[in-house]
Amino acid sequence: MADRFVPGMSVRTSRTDPPHHTRLPRYARGAVGTIVESLGRHPLPDDRARGLPCEPSQVYTVRFTARELFDAGDHAVTVDIWESHLTPVTDAEVVGP
Amino acid sequence: MSGDHHGSDAQLAAKVRQVETLLEERGLLDAAELDRALEAFLARASPANGARVVARAWLDDGFRARLLTDANTALGEVDLSMGGGLQEQRLNVVENTAEAHNVIVCTLCSCYPIALLGPSPTWYKSEAYRSRVVREPRAVLAEFGFDLDPAIAITVWDASAESRYMVLPHRPEGTETLDETELAALVTRNGLIGVAPV
Repeated sequence: MADRFVPGMSVRTSRTDPPHHTRLPRYARGAVGTIVESLGRHPLPDDRARGLPCEPSQVYTVRFTARELFDAGDHAVTVDIWESHLTPVTDAEVVGP
Repeated sequence: MSGDHHGSDAQLAAKVRQVETLLEERGLLDAAELDRALEAFLARASPANGARVVARAWLDDGFRARLLTDANTALGEVDLSMGGGLQEQRLNVVENTAEAHNVIVCTLCSCYPIALLGPSPTWYKSEAYRSRVVREPRAVLAEFGFDLDPAIAITVWDASAESRYMVLPHRPEGTETLDETELAALVTRNGLIGVAPV
């Protein structure tokens, strides 16, 4: 199955704060970043931790500017994120590299 | 609710013991076999492994290129692997240059390439390091006594999924005459995490 996202694409992370374990760190919620690379398919721990059936799904390294995440800083942060926590960003929404 | 990895070491140890007991009772696990596997894994796990990889990369551009594009395969060239756990973990080696510096962290727990760096230091698992290094890496590096040139860009790699990360430090100047063993001796565990220059 083809990857939904390819390197260079802009994506936004989920804003949801679920009442269970999630691998989307809180500081990276609702943020726009850029796909760096695809890391292969792995079961989503959010589901696995609750004993739910989970097919492996795509994981990506996503690069964010510190400014986007924290409104401050000149560095970048990359986070490895499962596909279901990401949505595509339209051109009009794109911010920064 | 990503911050639910807390609880004391004692609580965690008790939980792990409970799971082990269940696995033993159901005949899925032999305790002696588990001990042997853990001992063998930890005996091989050392920052000397990471240092050896770095020294080779500094001396051999071909190896360096392979290490940066497919670290798991490149490790085999120096008789190392990421397969010490239940499944082989993907390794991503990130290279420091004159313009770019990398730091690794696991903000959700304490994921770490134990085979290459040995058991992780206590500070790596601390709430303070995990929460602060993504927000203010320069300040955190300064607290390690590492004042990074402000012109050098920092990337912090959060090992939040299945990949593990290791930093390839920038080769220090004045080391042109050193051989592989001497170069490896320069490399520290903190350098492999990115909180020291080398």
